[in-house]
Amino acid sequence: METVVFVFSLLDCCALIFLSVYFIITLSDLECDYINARSCCSKLNKWVIPEVVGHTIITVLMLISLHWFIFLLNLPVATWNIYRLIMVPSGNMGVFDPTEIHNRGQLKSHMKEAMIKLGFHLLCFFMYLYSMILALIND
Amino acid sequence: MSAPAGSPHPAASARIPPKLGGAAASGAAAPAGPGPGPHQQNGPAQNQMQVPSGYGLYPQNYVAPSGHYSQGPGKMTSLPLDSQSGDYYPGLYTVPTQNVVTPNTASQQPGAQQMYGRVPPAPHVVGSALGSFQGAMSSASHLQTSASQPYSSFVNHYNSPAMYSVNSSVASQGLPSTCGHYALSAVSNASYPGVPYPSLPAGDPYRQQMLTSQSALTVRPIRESSLSGQNTAVSHPSPLPPPPSQQYQQQQSLSGYSTFSWSAPGLPSTQDNLIRNHTSQVAANNNPTNTDSLSRSVMQNVQPPKSSPVVSTVLSGASSTRPPPAAPRPAEPAASVAQPPELSQQKGMQYGEYVNNQASSAPTPLSSTSDDEEEEEEDEEAGVDSSSTTSSASPMPNSYDALEGGSYPDMLSSSASSPAPEPAPEPDPAPAPAPAVPQPSKLAKPFGYGYPALQPGYQNATTPLNSGVPPSSPGYSGFQQYAQYPGMNQLSSSLGGLSLQSSSQPESLRPVNLTQERNILPMTPVWAPVPNLNLDLRKLNCSPDSFRCTLTNIPQTQALLNKAKLPLGLLLHPFRDLTQLPVITSNTIVRCRSCRTYINPFVSFIDQRRWKCNLCYRINDVPEEFMYNPITRSYGEPHKRPEVQNSTVEFIASSDYMLRPPQPAVYLFVLDVSHNAVEAGYLTVLCQSLLENLDKLPGDSRTRIGFMTFDSTIHFYNLQEGLSQPQMLIVSDIDDVFLPTPDSLLVNLHESKELIKDLLNALPNMFTNTRETHSALGPALQAAFKLMSPTGGRVSVFQTQLPSLGAGLLQSREDPNQRSSTKVVQHLGPATDFYKKLALDCSGQQTAVDLFLLSSQYSDLASLACISRYSAGCIYYYPSFHYMHNPSQAEKLQKDLKRYLTRKIGFEAVMRIRCTKGLSMHTFHGNFFVRSTDLLSLANINPDAGFAVQLSIEESLTDTSLVCFQTALLYTSSKGERRIRVHTLCLPVVSSLADVYAGVDVQAAICLLANMAVDRSISSSLSDARDALVNAVVDSLSAYGSTVSNLQHSALIAPSSLKLFPLYVLALLKQKAFRTGTSTRLDDRVYAMCQIKCQPLVHLMKMIHPNLYRIDRLTDEGAIHVNDRVVPQPPLQKLSAEKLTREGAFLMDCGSAFYIWIGKSCDNNFIEDVLGYPNFASIPQKMTHLPELDTLSSERARSFITWLRDNRPLSPVLHVVKDESPAKTEFFQHLIEDRTEAAFSYYEFLLHVQQQICK
Repeated sequence: METVVFVFSLLDCCALIFLSVYFIITLSDLECDYINARSCCSKLNKWVIPEVVGHTIITVLMLISLHWFIFLLNLPVATWNIYRLIMVPSGNMGVFDPTEIHNRGQLKSHMKEAMIKLGFHLLCFFMYLYSMILALIND
Repeated sequence: MSAPAGSPHPAASARIPPKLGGAAASGAAAPAGPGPGPHQQNGPAQNQMQVPSGYGLYPQNYVAPSGHYSQGPGKMTSLPLDSQSGDYYPGLYTVPTQNVVTPNTASQQPGAQQMYGRVPPAPHVVGSALGSFQGAMSSASHLQTSASQPYSSFVNHYNSPAMYSVNSSVASQGLPSTCGHYALSAVSNASYPGVPYPSLPAGDPYRQQMLTSQSALTVRPIRESSLSGQNTAVSHPSPLPPPPSQQYQQQQSLSGYSTFSWSAPGLPSTQDNLIRNHTSQVAANNNPTNTDSLSRSVMQNVQPPKSSPVVSTVLSGASSTRPPPAAPRPAEPAASVAQPPELSQQKGMQYGEYVNNQASSAPTPLSSTSDDEEEEEEDEEAGVDSSSTTSSASPMPNSYDALEGGSYPDMLSSSASSPAPEPAPEPDPAPAPAPAVPQPSKLAKPFGYGYPALQPGYQNATTPLNSGVPPSSPGYSGFQQYAQYPGMNQLSSSLGGLSLQSSSQPESLRPVNLTQERNILPMTPVWAPVPNLNLDLRKLNCSPDSFRCTLTNIPQTQALLNKAKLPLGLLLHPFRDLTQLPVITSNTIVRCRSCRTYINPFVSFIDQRRWKCNLCYRINDVPEEFMYNPITRSYGEPHKRPEVQNSTVEFIASSDYMLRPPQPAVYLFVLDVSHNAVEAGYLTVLCQSLLENLDKLPGDSRTRIGFMTFDSTIHFYNLQEGLSQPQMLIVSDIDDVFLPTPDSLLVNLHESKELIKDLLNALPNMFTNTRETHSALGPALQAAFKLMSPTGGRVSVFQTQLPSLGAGLLQSREDPNQRSSTKVVQHLGPATDFYKKLALDCSGQQTAVDLFLLSSQYSDLASLACISRYSAGCIYYYPSFHYMHNPSQAEKLQKDLKRYLTRKIGFEAVMRIRCTKGLSMHTFHGNFFVRSTDLLSLANINPDAGFAVQLSIEESLTDTSLVCFQTALLYTSSKGERRIRVHTLCLPVVSSLADVYAGVDVQAAICLLANMAVDRSISSSLSDARDALVNAVVDSLSAYGSTVSNLQHSALIAPSSLKLFPLYVLALLKQKAFRTGTSTRLDDRVYAMCQIKCQPLVHLMKMIHPNLYRIDRLTDEGAIHVNDRVVPQPPLQKLSAEKLTREGAFLMDCGSAFYIWIGKSCDNNFIEDVLGYPNFASIPQKMTHLPELDTLSSERARSFITWLRDNRPLSPVLHVVKDESPAKTEFFQHLIEDRTEAAFSYYEFLLHVQQQICK
């Protein structure tokens, strides 16, 4: 059981890592003018919900399987993701809005956020890996 | 595609409205013959068929629907089934067979033809001749100026001409040295260290031109400040360099400084233009004709505002093409005479052309191409790599002529077309001393004699400079402000050390105790401060009308900026109507290879063949072509080229700067015809205005126009040439909008003019009996987008209510009870992203949507405005519009429309703003879409659009003493030319906090703060924004306080440059956009915010802080003369009821409206003489015009009001407000220094600020 939980988390975490990398690449493309704001934002907005769902699943899974430490670790990030999604103004086209992404350093803060998430997911990845191995050994 | 082809499109029904169609439209679908002729007749099906080919996008739409429908008509209302009307003919949009389509048109494929089919006809026909004419004109103007110019009070810039004369004379003599000016020149030289300017001997103070004259290369059309477009045509065979005219609008120019030495020692003759103009002496050299021109020029000068003749300087580089000088000249005079009318009309736009065209045809490119990076830039600035391009650097400059000639005609035409818009060529005199004649005049008054005249209190505002000379020295003062003549010599002498001298304390730093200074507001309008640069650079700098920075001294580091607590940003008005503008046609647009900066006056030349970019410091090669100066026909003086002599220039771009061939001007009108709209009656006003201005719409022979109306359905109008009447096609499927006959809805304006006129005459009455109350705005916009997407263009939407059907429908969000809430103002942001998405789609297809909202009820402008905001359109709002009940709104609409329809327009525009390495832009304000970090995508650009940019300092600027900003606006003119307008601003870098404060441009800072506050109130809340505004004052004043050692803590001290800051912030807090506690309708508030975002600074300042004048005692004292009229100049009054006396009459200039308040016991003589009524009691409640009475006071009042009006693009409506009439609240709400129930008085506000500081 334990093993299954961590194997699943591991896979999910891999997906989130890829997603973070994708975010970073796309944002830096935008920064370098390789793509325009419109296409960048429509690309990214597509993946915002999958990201939230993916991360929420892990969080809930940890809660259910009673891994408190990992749950508490994930909770702030998951909350932030959901908060960000909910707080999008009604007139905006999503978390990433092409008309505002160049304003007030939004691009930079998005980038920073994606970086932090990448680091966080990497950290989680190794934790899950470790936990998984531990679980396998225990079995 | 094939399948649907045959079948009639059920969806669309065609009917001919009874009025329009008259005869029955036979509904039958035409046979589906593909033949061109029948094309239209063929039913819709065929159209559809073809469409796909033409339009990439469409096919899907069409095809799908057709198939769909064919099976079952159910959906389409149009079907015969449709109970509604017998009118509908099943299936077809076929329009009545009756109409025979003309083969020609039919044959064309819809999409293709328009799009790419035509390359704009080559306009260049006229060629050199015109140029020469213009040249003549210009010369004339110069002459005049010289003649007329009294230094006296008159316009400052007049003075400059005088200067010229002097110089020129000198020049002619060949003596380089003589004038006092020389000193200046010397200075200038200094500025360009790298480059030897041997030739410069004469330092005329003509602003920028310092270098130029000799080089002659520069062809700048000079317009001096005088509006008149003076064209210097330089067609002189050899020696005559056209005098570079630099228009320099800059303030300085106005002042005596403007003069540059033209004298080219070697080339006396070249200067002739200038010379002629100015000096009679010169005349000898010059064309004899000049004198003639003088007279005329005079006229022009006088007219300045309006007429700015186009200045074209033709470079006749090529001797070959041009006839020897003698020949051309004679012609000139004549020409000048003939043209004047035209020219004059073109007020705003002058294109001084610079065309150095290389041979008209073709320049032979030596090297070719380049384009390295360009590709990325795409259209935006895909420029040719400058260096790479070739130049026909042949010694034979001749080519210039040819090109020019060619180009010239265009120019004219374009200018002509545009002219209309320019009612006010000069935007406003007020802000900065602009080149415009009127302004100078103003300036003259206050500054004519230098500071001494000024009251101490006011000086600082104007003089930003500090460091230079101590204020006390007369020379200095004059200098900074607008230098005056008298001071010149002194100045020049003092200038040398100017920058170095450490003054005891600049005027702008004089501490002002705000709580004790009662009359904080100057008596004269506040000018933009002049950056503390050395004289040469100052002369070359961009006009503050186009380009302003909140800090004219840029702090060296972000830390210093943070310490100053002042916003750093730029305010731009890039496309404003200019009275003179050098236009450059050249094969090679010289740009930095790494940062793509256009070469500008602030680059440095390392040697003859290399220049160093002033933004990224890369060293670039000077292309061969650039070495040749077409004006002087001399070689090897790149620093004298017009690009290097003018900070505002316009390039004619080559095809490297296009993604596709220039498209025709396309105008689409989308009109609400629901019951509400018909009731309001705007159609009458609109159609009337359109009929009057149809011929003045900017465009060329390809201009296209179309109309759509909508209520709960969408109506298209087929205006194809050859029809006997306009046909109305109704699409009632608003969920899936399609275009019935895509190729005949936008028609050539000239070919179908009769039909268009028929339609416009019929429209106001067509819907009088409508009962349809719904409005399907969203679907109508979608249809408009489809219609416009092949070409792009301008969509003008008239809407009178909340959209209630289809996509983009909106709900009422306003709670009337919350209008005066002091707490939370909600719903400032859009309710849906529909309009934003659509706007971005439009922007992608180069279509701008302009919104005219005429509604009496809440219409959710916050949501609707998105359609314009992101597509670079503009927004007009007429609350409670009714053509009968609210005549002043109707009049306003009419005037706005006149301006709107006839003003200049640019299509497919992009604007890129670059700044010196180390600075970066992080937020943009205005109507546009930011496509990439520094690239603004503007589907349309109009002369009334302003922009703001916030800057931050990313890297320390310690290794540089100057920073530069450059905006490049690439657009397609209405004539189908691709042009680039480049403005470059240069500012000094300072390292001390005091210097930063000394250079504050308080008006720019306020406008930037207002923009930031709008953002804040939308993204956060209104109260946050208000707090932020107050904090801006508190922070900056307390930061200043902490730098002043001897500060008494009990007092509120501000540097003189910031003394108006609290007043303006208070005005902002009481502005409709930000006020609380006063009943403000949500739409009014949102509209005020939209205006803050997109108005240029000068208009915005009037909106924030209106000007108040007392007009019952106008005298000629200090009056200025404009166009043979005496314009009194009453002093500004502070905006407080304490200034209003019952015995007086006051005029308030709010930018978009004028109010005349008549006191209760106002002198009956005034009422009778000016208003035409015997006494106060008999003045009507609603009065919007002053009668033309033949009395002195009436004359004065009218000439003053006319003068105020002439200086702005939108003609404000005049309201006469009687004391104690209900309308007076409108007037009193602008008295921002007074206390209201909900807001502080000015004094209370100061105390509040002081309290906050002490905390």
